[in-house]
Amino acid sequence: MTAQTVTEKIISQRAGIAVRAGEIAVVPVDGAMASDTTAPLAMRAFREMGGTRLKRPDQAFLVIDHAAPAPNERIANLHRLMRDFAAEMGCQLYDVGAGICHQLMVENGHVQPSHIFLGADSHTPTYGAVGALGIGMGSTDLAAAWLTGKTWLKVPETTKLVLNGRLQPHVSAKDIILFLVGQLGIAGATYQAVEFTGTAVTHLSLASRMTLANMVAEMGGKTAVVDTTGLDWPTPFTPIQADPDARYHAVREFDLSHLTPQIAVPHSPDNIVPVTAVAGQKIQLAFIGSCTNSRLEDWHAAAAVLAGQRIAPGVRLLIAPASKAVFDAALADGTVAALSAAGATFMTAGCGPCVGTHQGVPGDEEVVISTANRNFRGRMGNPNAHIYLTSPAIVAAAALTGEITNPAELEN
Amino acid sequence: MKTIQGIAHVYGDNVDTDRIIPGKYTKTLDVSHLAAHVLEDLDPDFRQQVQPGDVLVAGDNFGCGSSREQAPLALKAAGVSVVVAAYFARIFFRNAINIGLPVVEIGPHAITPGARLAVDLLAGQVVDESNGRIYPATRLPDVMVAILQAGGLVNYLRERGDYEQQ
Repeated sequence: MTAQTVTEKIISQRAGIAVRAGEIAVVPVDGAMASDTTAPLAMRAFREMGGTRLKRPDQAFLVIDHAAPAPNERIANLHRLMRDFAAEMGCQLYDVGAGICHQLMVENGHVQPSHIFLGADSHTPTYGAVGALGIGMGSTDLAAAWLTGKTWLKVPETTKLVLNGRLQPHVSAKDIILFLVGQLGIAGATYQAVEFTGTAVTHLSLASRMTLANMVAEMGGKTAVVDTTGLDWPTPFTPIQADPDARYHAVREFDLSHLTPQIAVPHSPDNIVPVTAVAGQKIQLAFIGSCTNSRLEDWHAAAAVLAGQRIAPGVRLLIAPASKAVFDAALADGTVAALSAAGATFMTAGCGPCVGTHQGVPGDEEVVISTANRNFRGRMGNPNAHIYLTSPAIVAAAALTGEITNPAELEN
Repeated sequence: MKTIQGIAHVYGDNVDTDRIIPGKYTKTLDVSHLAAHVLEDLDPDFRQQVQPGDVLVAGDNFGCGSSREQAPLALKAAGVSVVVAAYFARIFFRNAINIGLPVVEIGPHAITPGARLAVDLLAGQVVDESNGRIYPATRLPDVMVAILQAGGLVNYLRERGDYEQQ
Protein backbone atom coordinates (compact mmCIF):
# COMPACT_ATOMS: atom_id res chain seq x y z
CA MET A 1 0.00 0.00 0.00
CA THR A 2 1.54 3.27 -1.08
CA ALA A 3 1.64 6.27 1.22
CA GLN A 4 -1.34 8.60 0.91
CA THR A 5 -2.43 12.15 1.62
CA VAL A 6 -5.55 12.75 3.73
CA THR A 7 -7.51 13.45 0.56
CA GLU A 8 -6.35 10.22 -1.11
CA LYS A 9 -7.27 8.28 2.04
CA ILE A 10 -10.79 9.69 2.25
CA ILE A 11 -11.49 9.07 -1.44
CA SER A 12 -10.02 5.56 -1.24
CA GLN A 13 -12.17 4.78 1.80
CA ARG A 14 -15.34 5.86 0.03
CA ALA A 15 -14.42 4.35 -3.38
CA GLY A 16 -13.55 1.01 -1.80
CA ILE A 17 -10.25 0.83 -3.68
CA ALA A 18 -6.88 2.49 -3.12
CA VAL A 19 -6.56 5.53 -5.37
CA ARG A 20 -3.89 8.15 -5.82
CA ALA A 21 -3.70 11.61 -7.34
CA GLY A 22 -4.59 11.76 -11.02
CA GLU A 23 -6.87 8.70 -11.02
CA ILE A 24 -10.59 8.86 -11.70
CA ALA A 25 -12.93 7.42 -9.07
CA VAL A 26 -16.69 7.02 -8.79
CA VAL A 27 -17.61 7.49 -5.15
CA PRO A 28 -20.79 7.47 -3.06
CA VAL A 29 -21.42 10.89 -1.57
CA ASP A 30 -22.45 11.62 2.02
CA GLY A 31 -24.37 14.78 1.24
CA ALA A 32 -25.49 16.94 -1.68
CA MET A 33 -26.54 20.53 -0.97
CA ALA A 34 -27.82 23.28 -3.27
CA SER A 35 -28.78 26.91 -2.66
CA ASP A 36 -31.38 29.14 -4.27
CA THR A 37 -28.80 30.15 -6.90
CA THR A 38 -28.10 26.58 -7.95
CA ALA A 39 -31.04 24.40 -6.82
CA PRO A 40 -33.59 25.49 -9.45
CA LEU A 41 -31.27 24.46 -12.30
CA ALA A 42 -30.37 21.27 -10.43
CA MET A 43 -34.04 20.40 -9.95
CA ARG A 44 -34.67 20.89 -13.66
CA ALA A 45 -31.63 18.80 -14.62
CA PHE A 46 -32.77 16.08 -12.19
CA ARG A 47 -36.18 15.87 -13.91
CA GLU A 48 -34.57 15.93 -17.37
CA MET A 49 -32.37 13.00 -16.32
CA GLY A 50 -35.59 11.10 -15.70
CA GLY A 51 -35.35 11.46 -11.94
CA THR A 52 -38.53 10.88 -9.95
CA ARG A 53 -37.06 10.18 -6.50
CA LEU A 54 -33.82 11.07 -4.77
CA LYS A 55 -31.44 8.18 -4.20
CA ARG A 56 -30.83 9.41 -0.65
CA PRO A 57 -33.40 12.03 0.44
CA ASP A 58 -31.79 11.99 3.90
CA GLN A 59 -28.54 13.27 2.34
CA ALA A 60 -30.04 16.02 0.14
CA PHE A 61 -30.36 19.58 1.40
CA LEU A 62 -31.87 22.72 -0.09
CA VAL A 63 -31.05 26.12 1.39
CA ILE A 64 -32.68 29.46 0.59
CA ASP A 65 -29.86 31.87 1.48
CA HIS A 66 -28.50 33.73 -1.55
CA ALA A 67 -31.54 35.97 -2.11
CA ALA A 68 -33.48 35.63 1.11
CA PRO A 69 -36.08 36.98 1.66
CA ALA A 70 -37.00 37.15 -2.02
CA PRO A 71 -36.39 40.62 -3.53
CA ASN A 72 -38.86 40.16 -6.44
CA GLU A 73 -41.54 37.86 -7.80
CA ARG A 74 -39.17 35.97 -10.13
CA ILE A 75 -36.97 34.86 -7.26
CA ALA A 76 -39.99 34.31 -4.99
CA ASN A 77 -41.25 31.80 -7.54
CA LEU A 78 -37.88 30.01 -7.67
CA HIS A 79 -38.10 29.71 -3.87
CA ARG A 80 -41.59 28.24 -4.25
CA LEU A 81 -40.23 25.65 -6.67
CA MET A 82 -37.63 24.66 -4.06
CA ARG A 83 -40.25 24.28 -1.33
CA ASP A 84 -42.44 22.17 -3.60
CA PHE A 85 -39.49 20.00 -4.65
CA ALA A 86 -38.40 19.40 -1.04
CA ALA A 87 -41.94 18.46 -0.03
CA GLU A 88 -42.34 16.09 -2.98
CA MET A 89 -38.93 14.45 -2.56
CA GLY A 90 -38.93 14.33 1.22
CA CYS A 91 -35.61 16.12 1.65
CA GLN A 92 -34.74 18.85 4.10
CA LEU A 93 -35.22 22.49 3.15
CA TYR A 94 -33.79 25.37 5.14
CA ASP A 95 -36.05 28.30 4.39
CA VAL A 96 -35.53 32.08 4.53
CA GLY A 97 -33.73 33.18 7.68
CA ALA A 98 -32.21 29.84 8.74
CA GLY A 99 -28.77 30.89 7.58
CA ILE A 100 -25.99 30.33 5.08
CA CYS A 101 -25.83 26.88 3.50
CA HIS A 102 -22.29 26.02 4.64
CA GLN A 103 -22.90 27.19 8.19
CA LEU A 104 -26.07 25.07 8.37
CA MET A 105 -24.38 21.92 7.05
CA VAL A 106 -21.71 22.16 9.79
CA GLU A 107 -23.85 23.56 12.60
CA ASN A 108 -26.48 20.81 12.22
CA GLY A 109 -23.94 18.02 11.82
CA HIS A 110 -25.02 17.07 8.29
CA VAL A 111 -21.34 17.03 7.37
CA GLN A 112 -19.06 14.85 9.50
CA PRO A 113 -15.31 14.16 9.53
CA SER A 114 -14.09 12.10 6.52
CA HIS A 115 -17.32 12.64 4.57
CA ILE A 116 -17.33 13.41 0.86
CA PHE A 117 -19.90 16.18 0.69
CA LEU A 118 -20.94 17.98 -2.49
CA GLY A 119 -22.25 21.52 -2.55
CA ALA A 120 -23.53 23.40 -5.55
CA ASP A 121 -21.60 26.39 -4.27
CA SER A 122 -17.94 27.21 -4.72
CA HIS A 123 -17.30 27.72 -0.99
CA THR A 124 -18.06 24.07 -0.18
CA PRO A 125 -14.36 23.47 0.72
CA THR A 126 -15.42 25.07 4.05
CA TYR A 127 -16.21 21.52 5.29
CA GLY A 128 -12.48 20.84 5.42
CA ALA A 129 -12.78 22.53 8.81
CA VAL A 130 -14.20 19.26 10.19
CA GLY A 131 -11.85 17.02 8.20
CA ALA A 132 -14.39 16.34 5.44
CA LEU A 133 -13.86 16.72 1.71
CA GLY A 134 -16.27 19.47 0.69
CA ILE A 135 -16.31 19.77 -3.07
CA GLY A 136 -18.03 22.58 -4.98
CA MET A 137 -19.82 21.61 -8.16
CA GLY A 138 -22.46 23.01 -10.46
CA SER A 139 -26.17 22.28 -10.64
CA THR A 140 -26.06 19.36 -13.07
CA ASP A 141 -23.36 17.48 -11.12
CA LEU A 142 -25.49 18.00 -8.01
CA ALA A 143 -28.58 16.67 -9.77
CA ALA A 144 -26.56 13.61 -10.80
CA ALA A 145 -25.64 13.02 -7.14
CA TRP A 146 -29.30 13.28 -6.14
CA LEU A 147 -30.17 10.72 -8.85
CA THR A 148 -27.36 8.21 -8.34
CA GLY A 149 -26.07 8.90 -4.81
CA LYS A 150 -22.62 9.16 -6.40
CA THR A 151 -20.25 11.42 -8.24
CA TRP A 152 -17.09 10.99 -10.29
CA LEU A 153 -13.89 12.64 -9.17
CA LYS A 154 -10.38 13.11 -10.39
CA VAL A 155 -8.32 12.44 -7.26
CA PRO A 156 -6.56 15.76 -6.71
CA GLU A 157 -2.92 16.36 -5.96
CA THR A 158 -2.37 18.03 -2.61
CA THR A 159 -0.61 21.21 -1.58
CA LYS A 160 0.28 21.01 2.09
CA LEU A 161 0.51 24.25 4.06
CA VAL A 162 2.33 23.98 7.37
CA LEU A 163 1.47 26.98 9.53
CA ASN A 164 3.40 27.54 12.73
CA GLY A 165 3.80 30.31 15.28
CA ARG A 166 1.64 32.15 17.76
CA LEU A 167 -0.62 34.83 16.28
CA GLN A 168 -0.34 38.47 17.37
CA PRO A 169 -3.36 40.22 18.97
CA HIS A 170 -5.92 41.36 16.33
CA VAL A 171 -4.64 38.72 13.91
CA SER A 172 -7.25 36.09 13.05
CA ALA A 173 -7.86 33.13 10.76
CA LYS A 174 -9.05 35.62 8.12
CA ASP A 175 -5.65 37.30 8.12
CA ILE A 176 -3.99 33.90 7.73
CA ILE A 177 -6.08 32.87 4.77
CA LEU A 178 -5.87 36.27 3.07
CA PHE A 179 -2.09 36.13 3.45
CA LEU A 180 -2.02 32.61 1.96
CA VAL A 181 -4.31 33.53 -0.96
CA GLY A 182 -1.89 36.37 -1.65
CA GLN A 183 1.08 34.00 -1.47
CA LEU A 184 -0.40 31.25 -3.65
CA GLY A 185 -2.47 33.46 -5.99
CA ILE A 186 -5.98 33.15 -7.36
CA ALA A 187 -5.08 29.99 -9.31
CA GLY A 188 -2.36 28.74 -6.96
CA ALA A 189 -4.22 25.59 -5.97
CA THR A 190 -6.26 24.95 -9.12
CA TYR A 191 -7.50 21.33 -9.27
CA GLN A 192 -5.77 20.64 -5.93
CA ALA A 193 -6.64 19.74 -2.38
CA VAL A 194 -5.13 22.06 0.21
CA GLU A 195 -4.20 20.47 3.53
CA PHE A 196 -3.58 22.75 6.51
CA THR A 197 -1.51 21.66 9.46
CA GLY A 198 0.90 23.09 12.03
CA THR A 199 0.66 24.57 15.50
CA ALA A 200 -1.04 27.76 14.27
CA VAL A 201 -3.86 25.56 12.92
CA THR A 202 -4.35 22.98 15.64
CA HIS A 203 -5.06 25.78 18.14
CA LEU A 204 -7.89 27.24 16.07
CA SER A 205 -11.59 27.09 16.95
CA LEU A 206 -14.06 25.34 14.63
CA ALA A 207 -15.29 28.75 13.41
CA SER A 208 -11.74 29.85 12.58
CA ARG A 209 -11.05 26.57 10.79
CA MET A 210 -14.14 27.25 8.65
CA THR A 211 -12.77 30.69 7.74
CA LEU A 212 -9.46 29.12 6.77
CA ALA A 213 -10.90 26.31 4.62
CA ASN A 214 -13.55 28.57 3.07
CA MET A 215 -11.17 30.72 1.04
CA VAL A 216 -9.34 27.79 -0.53
CA ALA A 217 -11.94 28.55 -3.22
CA GLU A 218 -10.05 31.82 -3.83
CA MET A 219 -6.90 29.81 -4.66
CA GLY A 220 -8.83 27.68 -7.18
CA GLY A 221 -8.70 24.65 -4.85
CA LYS A 222 -10.98 21.67 -5.30
CA THR A 223 -11.20 20.92 -1.61
CA ALA A 224 -9.54 21.67 1.71
CA VAL A 225 -8.64 19.57 4.72
CA VAL A 226 -7.74 21.08 8.06
CA ASP A 227 -5.79 18.83 10.45
CA THR A 228 -8.42 17.61 12.94
CA THR A 229 -5.92 17.66 15.82
CA GLY A 230 -7.47 19.92 18.45
CA LEU A 231 -10.84 20.10 16.67
CA ASP A 232 -13.74 20.79 19.00
CA TRP A 233 -16.39 18.45 17.51
CA PRO A 234 -19.41 17.16 19.46
CA THR A 235 -19.32 13.54 18.29
CA PRO A 236 -16.44 11.04 18.42
CA PHE A 237 -14.67 10.34 15.13
CA THR A 238 -11.61 8.54 13.83
CA PRO A 239 -9.05 11.13 12.72
CA ILE A 240 -7.41 10.59 9.34
CA GLN A 241 -3.78 11.66 9.11
CA ALA A 242 -1.54 11.74 6.06
CA ASP A 243 1.17 9.07 5.85
CA PRO A 244 4.57 10.56 6.65
CA ASP A 245 5.89 9.82 3.15
CA ALA A 246 2.75 10.85 1.24
CA ARG A 247 3.42 12.61 -2.04
CA TYR A 248 2.54 16.28 -2.33
CA HIS A 249 2.41 18.67 -5.26
CA ALA A 250 4.04 21.15 -2.90
CA VAL A 251 4.73 21.61 0.80
CA ARG A 252 5.06 25.18 2.04
CA GLU A 253 5.84 26.27 5.57
CA PHE A 254 5.02 29.65 7.07
CA ASP A 255 5.88 31.14 10.45
CA LEU A 256 2.87 33.33 11.30
CA SER A 257 4.17 34.80 14.55
CA HIS A 258 4.88 38.15 12.88
CA LEU A 259 1.82 38.20 10.60
CA THR A 260 -0.03 41.54 10.70
CA PRO A 261 -3.69 42.20 9.73
CA GLN A 262 -4.16 41.66 5.99
CA ILE A 263 -6.57 43.09 3.42
CA ALA A 264 -7.52 42.31 -0.20
CA VAL A 265 -7.72 45.46 -2.32
CA PRO A 266 -9.86 45.82 -5.50
CA HIS A 267 -10.54 43.90 -7.70
CA SER A 268 -9.23 40.43 -6.85
CA PRO A 269 -9.06 38.42 -3.61
CA ASP A 270 -5.36 37.73 -4.20
CA ASN A 271 -4.42 41.43 -4.24
CA ILE A 272 -3.27 41.22 -0.63
CA VAL A 273 -1.45 43.94 1.31
CA PRO A 274 -0.98 44.60 5.03
CA VAL A 275 -3.80 46.79 6.38
CA THR A 276 -1.27 49.51 7.18
CA ALA A 277 -0.55 49.92 3.43
CA VAL A 278 -4.09 51.23 2.80
CA ALA A 279 -4.76 52.90 6.17
CA GLY A 280 -6.62 56.18 5.70
CA GLN A 281 -8.71 54.96 2.75
CA LYS A 282 -12.24 56.33 3.31
CA ILE A 283 -15.13 53.84 3.32
CA GLN A 284 -18.91 54.25 3.03
CA LEU A 285 -20.23 50.70 3.52
CA ALA A 286 -18.99 48.18 6.08
CA PHE A 287 -20.29 44.60 5.89
CA ILE A 288 -19.88 41.83 8.46
CA GLY A 289 -21.25 38.64 7.01
CA SER A 290 -20.83 35.73 4.57
CA CYS A 291 -19.84 32.08 4.93
CA THR A 292 -16.28 33.29 5.58
CA ASN A 293 -16.82 35.41 8.68
CA SER A 294 -20.13 35.87 10.45
CA ARG A 295 -20.02 33.47 13.36
CA LEU A 296 -20.17 34.31 17.05
CA GLU A 297 -16.40 34.76 17.45
CA ASP A 298 -16.41 37.17 14.49
CA TRP A 299 -19.15 39.24 16.10
CA HIS A 300 -17.26 39.22 19.38
CA ALA A 301 -14.18 40.59 17.58
CA ALA A 302 -16.30 43.36 16.05
CA ALA A 303 -18.02 44.14 19.36
CA ALA A 304 -14.65 44.35 21.13
CA VAL A 305 -13.80 47.25 18.81
CA LEU A 306 -17.23 48.92 18.72
CA ALA A 307 -18.78 48.42 22.17
CA GLY A 308 -19.62 51.69 23.90
CA GLN A 309 -18.77 53.71 20.78
CA ARG A 310 -20.61 54.90 17.68
CA ILE A 311 -19.80 54.30 14.00
CA ALA A 312 -18.63 57.32 11.99
CA PRO A 313 -21.21 59.63 10.37
CA GLY A 314 -21.78 58.65 6.73
CA VAL A 315 -20.92 54.98 7.28
CA ARG A 316 -23.48 52.16 6.95
CA LEU A 317 -22.60 49.06 8.97
CA LEU A 318 -24.57 46.01 7.83
CA ILE A 319 -24.39 42.71 9.66
CA ALA A 320 -25.87 39.45 8.34
CA PRO A 321 -25.54 36.44 10.66
CA ALA A 322 -24.22 33.16 9.29
CA SER A 323 -27.25 31.51 10.87
CA LYS A 324 -30.18 32.19 13.13
CA ALA A 325 -28.35 30.19 15.81
CA VAL A 326 -25.46 32.68 15.61
CA PHE A 327 -27.90 35.58 15.96
CA ASP A 328 -29.70 33.99 18.91
CA ALA A 329 -26.42 33.29 20.71
CA ALA A 330 -25.28 36.87 20.13
CA LEU A 331 -28.65 38.12 21.33
CA ALA A 332 -28.36 36.07 24.51
CA ASP A 333 -24.82 37.21 25.39
CA GLY A 334 -25.38 40.93 24.76
CA THR A 335 -23.34 41.19 21.55
CA VAL A 336 -26.35 42.20 19.45
CA ALA A 337 -27.21 44.99 21.88
CA ALA A 338 -23.62 46.27 21.86
CA LEU A 339 -23.37 46.28 18.06
CA SER A 340 -26.84 47.78 17.63
CA ALA A 341 -26.02 50.57 20.07
CA ALA A 342 -22.89 51.28 18.04
CA GLY A 343 -25.06 51.83 14.96
CA ALA A 344 -25.12 48.43 13.22
CA THR A 345 -28.06 47.37 11.06
CA PHE A 346 -28.92 43.66 11.28
CA MET A 347 -30.06 41.72 8.24
CA THR A 348 -31.61 38.31 7.60
CA ALA A 349 -29.34 35.36 8.31
CA GLY A 350 -27.97 34.37 4.92
CA CYS A 351 -25.56 35.58 2.26
CA GLY A 352 -26.72 39.20 2.50
CA PRO A 353 -25.03 41.64 0.09
CA CYS A 354 -22.02 39.37 -0.60
CA VAL A 355 -23.44 38.07 -3.89
CA GLY A 356 -24.88 41.35 -5.19
CA THR A 357 -28.37 40.00 -5.63
CA HIS A 358 -30.21 42.04 -3.05
CA GLN A 359 -29.72 44.18 0.04
CA GLY A 360 -26.79 46.56 0.46
CA VAL A 361 -25.71 47.08 -3.15
CA PRO A 362 -23.07 49.86 -3.13
CA GLY A 363 -23.35 53.01 -5.26
CA ASP A 364 -20.93 54.12 -7.99
CA GLU A 365 -17.43 54.86 -6.67
CA GLU A 366 -18.44 53.86 -3.15
CA VAL A 367 -15.87 51.98 -1.12
CA VAL A 368 -16.92 48.83 0.73
CA ILE A 369 -14.99 47.08 3.49
CA SER A 370 -16.26 43.56 3.98
CA THR A 371 -15.56 40.29 5.78
CA ALA A 372 -16.63 38.30 2.70
CA ASN A 373 -14.48 36.32 0.28
CA ARG A 374 -14.65 37.91 -3.16
CA ASN A 375 -14.08 41.44 -4.41
CA PHE A 376 -14.31 40.87 -8.15
CA ARG A 377 -15.62 43.88 -10.05
CA GLY A 378 -19.41 43.81 -9.84
CA ARG A 379 -19.46 41.15 -7.13
CA MET A 380 -21.77 43.15 -4.85
CA GLY A 381 -24.03 44.21 -7.70
CA ASN A 382 -22.25 47.34 -8.95
CA PRO A 383 -19.17 47.18 -11.22
CA ASN A 384 -18.33 50.79 -10.29
CA ALA A 385 -17.85 50.09 -6.57
CA HIS A 386 -14.58 49.16 -4.84
CA ILE A 387 -14.48 46.27 -2.39
CA TYR A 388 -11.85 45.57 0.28
CA LEU A 389 -11.86 42.21 2.11
CA THR A 390 -10.55 41.83 5.63
CA SER A 391 -11.26 40.51 9.14
CA PRO A 392 -14.25 41.43 11.34
CA ALA A 393 -12.03 43.48 13.70
CA ILE A 394 -10.67 45.58 10.83
CA VAL A 395 -14.15 46.08 9.34
CA ALA A 396 -15.40 47.23 12.75
CA ALA A 397 -12.44 49.60 13.13
CA ALA A 398 -13.15 51.12 9.69
CA ALA A 399 -16.83 51.55 10.55
CA LEU A 400 -15.81 53.37 13.71
CA THR A 401 -13.40 55.83 12.09
CA GLY A 402 -14.83 56.00 8.55
CA GLU A 403 -11.54 54.90 7.08
CA ILE A 404 -9.36 51.80 6.93
CA THR A 405 -7.71 51.60 10.34
CA ASN A 406 -5.60 49.05 12.17
CA PRO A 407 -7.45 48.25 15.41
CA ALA A 408 -4.13 48.38 17.28
CA GLU A 409 -4.16 52.13 16.60
CA LEU A 410 -7.52 52.51 18.34
CA GLU A 411 -5.97 51.41 21.61
CA ASN A 412 -3.57 54.36 21.71
CA MET B 1 -18.23 15.15 -32.70
CA LYS B 2 -17.37 17.25 -35.66
CA THR B 3 -14.75 19.92 -35.98
CA ILE B 4 -16.04 23.30 -34.83
CA GLN B 5 -15.07 26.34 -36.87
CA GLY B 6 -15.58 29.90 -35.73
CA ILE B 7 -14.22 33.37 -35.23
CA ALA B 8 -12.23 34.08 -32.07
CA HIS B 9 -13.24 36.61 -29.42
CA VAL B 10 -10.14 36.93 -27.24
CA TYR B 11 -9.94 37.90 -23.54
CA GLY B 12 -7.18 37.74 -20.92
CA ASP B 13 -6.41 35.85 -17.72
CA ASN B 14 -8.64 35.20 -14.69
CA VAL B 15 -11.99 36.01 -16.28
CA ASP B 16 -14.18 35.27 -13.25
CA THR B 17 -17.79 34.10 -13.21
CA ASP B 18 -19.03 37.52 -12.04
CA ARG B 19 -17.65 38.91 -15.30
CA ILE B 20 -19.19 36.11 -17.36
CA ILE B 21 -22.62 36.60 -15.74
CA PRO B 22 -23.07 38.89 -12.72
CA GLY B 23 -24.66 37.23 -9.67
CA LYS B 24 -27.67 39.55 -9.83
CA TYR B 25 -28.80 37.94 -13.11
CA THR B 26 -28.28 34.30 -12.13
CA LYS B 27 -31.60 33.64 -10.40
CA THR B 28 -33.55 32.49 -13.43
CA LEU B 29 -34.38 29.39 -15.43
CA ASP B 30 -34.59 31.42 -18.66
CA VAL B 31 -31.31 31.13 -20.57
CA SER B 32 -32.21 34.00 -22.91
CA HIS B 33 -32.18 36.23 -19.82
CA LEU B 34 -28.64 34.99 -19.12
CA ALA B 35 -27.53 35.54 -22.73
CA ALA B 36 -28.79 39.13 -22.59
CA HIS B 37 -26.23 39.94 -19.86
CA VAL B 38 -23.30 37.70 -20.83
CA LEU B 39 -19.85 39.30 -20.27
CA GLU B 40 -21.69 42.55 -19.50
CA ASP B 41 -19.06 44.06 -17.20
CA LEU B 42 -16.07 42.74 -19.20
CA ASP B 43 -17.07 43.66 -22.74
CA PRO B 44 -20.47 45.35 -23.09
CA ASP B 45 -20.28 45.00 -26.91
CA PHE B 46 -19.81 41.21 -26.89
CA ARG B 47 -23.45 40.21 -26.87
CA GLN B 48 -24.15 42.40 -29.93
CA GLN B 49 -21.07 41.20 -31.81
CA VAL B 50 -21.13 37.45 -31.10
CA GLN B 51 -22.39 35.31 -33.96
CA PRO B 52 -23.68 31.76 -33.56
CA GLY B 53 -20.71 29.38 -33.73
CA ASP B 54 -18.09 31.89 -32.56
CA VAL B 55 -15.26 30.78 -30.30
CA LEU B 56 -14.43 32.39 -26.96
CA VAL B 57 -10.68 32.43 -26.33
CA ALA B 58 -9.06 33.27 -23.00
CA GLY B 59 -5.83 32.99 -21.06
CA ASP B 60 -5.22 31.39 -17.67
CA ASN B 61 -7.87 30.33 -15.15
CA PHE B 62 -10.99 31.09 -17.19
CA GLY B 63 -14.19 30.87 -15.12
CA CYS B 64 -12.69 31.24 -11.67
CA GLY B 65 -14.98 32.15 -8.76
CA SER B 66 -18.52 30.93 -8.29
CA SER B 67 -19.91 27.46 -9.07
CA ARG B 68 -22.80 29.02 -10.99
CA GLU B 69 -23.64 26.86 -13.99
CA GLN B 70 -25.35 29.96 -15.36
CA ALA B 71 -21.87 31.06 -16.58
CA PRO B 72 -21.40 28.37 -19.26
CA LEU B 73 -25.19 28.42 -19.91
CA ALA B 74 -25.01 32.16 -20.66
CA LEU B 75 -22.13 31.66 -23.12
CA LYS B 76 -23.87 28.75 -24.83
CA ALA B 77 -27.17 30.63 -25.05
CA ALA B 78 -25.35 33.60 -26.57
CA GLY B 79 -24.15 31.35 -29.40
CA VAL B 80 -20.61 30.50 -28.30
CA SER B 81 -19.76 27.07 -29.75
CA VAL B 82 -16.62 26.27 -27.77
CA VAL B 83 -14.36 27.97 -25.20
CA VAL B 84 -10.60 27.71 -25.72
CA ALA B 85 -8.31 28.79 -22.88
CA ALA B 86 -4.78 28.29 -21.63
CA TYR B 87 -6.49 26.57 -18.69
CA PHE B 88 -9.78 26.70 -16.81
CA ALA B 89 -10.95 26.94 -13.23
CA ARG B 90 -12.16 23.45 -12.40
CA ILE B 91 -15.84 23.98 -11.53
CA PHE B 92 -16.40 25.99 -14.70
CA PHE B 93 -14.64 23.29 -16.73
CA ARG B 94 -16.89 20.55 -15.34
CA ASN B 95 -20.04 22.64 -15.61
CA ALA B 96 -19.38 23.48 -19.27
CA ILE B 97 -18.98 19.84 -20.26
CA ASN B 98 -21.99 18.86 -18.17
CA ILE B 99 -24.24 21.30 -20.06
CA GLY B 100 -22.76 20.36 -23.44
CA LEU B 101 -20.53 23.39 -24.04
CA PRO B 102 -17.14 22.07 -25.23
CA VAL B 103 -14.06 23.49 -23.50
CA VAL B 104 -10.50 23.02 -24.70
CA GLU B 105 -7.28 23.66 -22.77
CA ILE B 106 -4.27 24.52 -24.92
CA GLY B 107 -1.79 26.23 -22.59
CA PRO B 108 -0.12 29.54 -23.55
CA HIS B 109 -1.16 30.72 -27.02
CA ALA B 110 -0.96 33.69 -29.39
CA ILE B 111 -4.51 33.65 -30.81
CA THR B 112 -5.64 37.16 -31.77
CA PRO B 113 -9.17 38.62 -32.04
CA GLY B 114 -10.88 37.78 -35.31
CA ALA B 115 -8.75 34.69 -35.99
CA ARG B 116 -10.59 31.84 -37.70
CA LEU B 117 -10.20 28.71 -35.57
CA ALA B 118 -10.89 25.05 -36.24
CA VAL B 119 -11.37 23.08 -33.03
CA ASP B 120 -11.20 19.29 -33.32
CA LEU B 121 -12.54 17.95 -30.04
CA LEU B 122 -11.74 14.29 -30.63
CA ALA B 123 -8.25 14.77 -32.05
CA GLY B 124 -7.74 17.33 -29.28
CA GLN B 125 -6.33 20.25 -31.20
CA VAL B 126 -7.02 23.85 -32.16
CA VAL B 127 -5.85 25.11 -35.55
CA ASP B 128 -5.49 28.85 -36.03
CA GLU B 129 -6.37 29.01 -39.72
CA SER B 130 -5.25 32.63 -39.96
CA ASN B 131 -1.61 31.57 -39.58
CA GLY B 132 -1.62 27.78 -39.62
CA ARG B 133 -0.47 27.35 -36.01
CA ILE B 134 -1.59 24.15 -34.34
CA TYR B 135 -2.20 23.98 -30.58
CA PRO B 136 -2.51 20.48 -29.08
CA ALA B 137 -5.16 20.24 -26.35
CA THR B 138 -5.04 18.55 -22.95
CA ARG B 139 -6.67 15.10 -23.09
CA LEU B 140 -9.97 14.73 -21.23
CA PRO B 141 -10.61 11.79 -18.88
CA ASP B 142 -12.73 9.07 -20.54
CA VAL B 143 -15.76 9.89 -18.38
CA MET B 144 -15.70 13.50 -19.62
CA VAL B 145 -15.38 12.38 -23.24
CA ALA B 146 -18.42 10.14 -22.74
CA ILE B 147 -20.40 13.02 -21.17
CA LEU B 148 -19.42 15.38 -23.98
CA GLN B 149 -20.30 12.78 -26.62
CA ALA B 150 -23.72 12.33 -25.00
CA GLY B 151 -24.25 16.09 -25.28
CA GLY B 152 -23.98 16.66 -21.54
CA LEU B 153 -24.50 14.96 -18.19
CA VAL B 154 -28.31 15.06 -18.40
CA ASN B 155 -28.27 12.96 -21.59
CA TYR B 156 -25.49 10.74 -20.26
CA LEU B 157 -27.52 9.80 -17.19
CA ARG B 158 -30.86 9.66 -19.00
CA GLU B 159 -29.31 7.03 -21.28
CA ARG B 160 -27.36 5.08 -18.66
CA GLY B 161 -29.21 5.75 -15.40
CA ASP B 162 -25.92 5.67 -13.47
CA TYR B 163 -22.20 6.37 -13.73
CA GLU B 164 -20.09 3.63 -15.27
CA GLN B 165 -17.55 2.31 -12.77
CA GLN B 166 -14.05 3.49 -13.62
